[in-house]
Amino acid sequence: MNQDYLSVAQKSSAVFSTNKVLRNTYMLLSLTLLFSGFTAALSMFLKMPQMTYLISVIGGMILAMFVLPRFANSSAGIGIVFLITGLLGFGLGPILTAYAALPNGGNIIMMSFVGTGAIFMGLSAYVLLTRKDFSFLGGFLFVGFLLVMLAAIANIFLQIPALSLTISAVVIMIMSGFILYDTSRIINGGETNYVLATIGLYMTIFNIFISLLQILGIMGSDD
Amino acid sequence: MNWNELISALALAMFIVVLYPVAKNKLKDNPRGTTEDWLTFVVIIGAVMLFVGVLLMSL
Repeated sequence: MNQDYLSVAQKSSAVFSTNKVLRNTYMLLSLTLLFSGFTAALSMFLKMPQMTYLISVIGGMILAMFVLPRFANSSAGIGIVFLITGLLGFGLGPILTAYAALPNGGNIIMMSFVGTGAIFMGLSAYVLLTRKDFSFLGGFLFVGFLLVMLAAIANIFLQIPALSLTISAVVIMIMSGFILYDTSRIINGGETNYVLATIGLYMTIFNIFISLLQILGIMGSDD
Repeated sequence: MNWNELISALALAMFIVVLYPVAKNKLKDNPRGTTEDWLTFVVIIGAVMLFVGVLLMSL
């Protein structure tokens, strides 16, 4: 009998802990997305040059890969997450300015924004409602991401528009997989650090938005 | 090739080098999915691409 009580108590403690990670992740994710929107608007207002995007993405990735993991368990980790997401948002400014200058630019940006939100919310809702375990996707997604980066390097030299479009479509597929994988890890207890969970989900949203912009920009242009 | 493209290529190469061991570990450690698991994943990704197609058509 005592063992039953202990088991129920342990289970409810694990569920409470998972819900806390999920709640904190979504709270921090919402705040970082708002902050990114603010820094993107600031960058557009300051009319930053195109080079800003490249510098911001490289800086953001270096911070996310090498600095954040060291501070993920301290309050400094939250500050670093805001620094990374603010930097990435700032880098988006010149890209958004360039798309806004296209004939159908405003519409393309709005569609990419709405599309990214719908994909993220739809996939997250699926995992949260079914509580399905997508941990089997880990190796496949990481290898797929490496292959996409190799293709992106090749296309820097080859400059083939069709390959660029294919890379963007595959990035959307892989990032959608990462949303399933990351969310499933949070609800199944595989990820207990909400700072790392937030940056993982933020990166998927950022990549889907950029890829959608590219696809809609190429296919939606008149020439 | 300009400086932007060269820096982009170098940055991507650096990320590949850093992420390669992570990918290798994930391949080794992650559980294997059943046919049903993979089918679910394919259907979901198919739905996402269908949605992107709808977005394109509504432009």
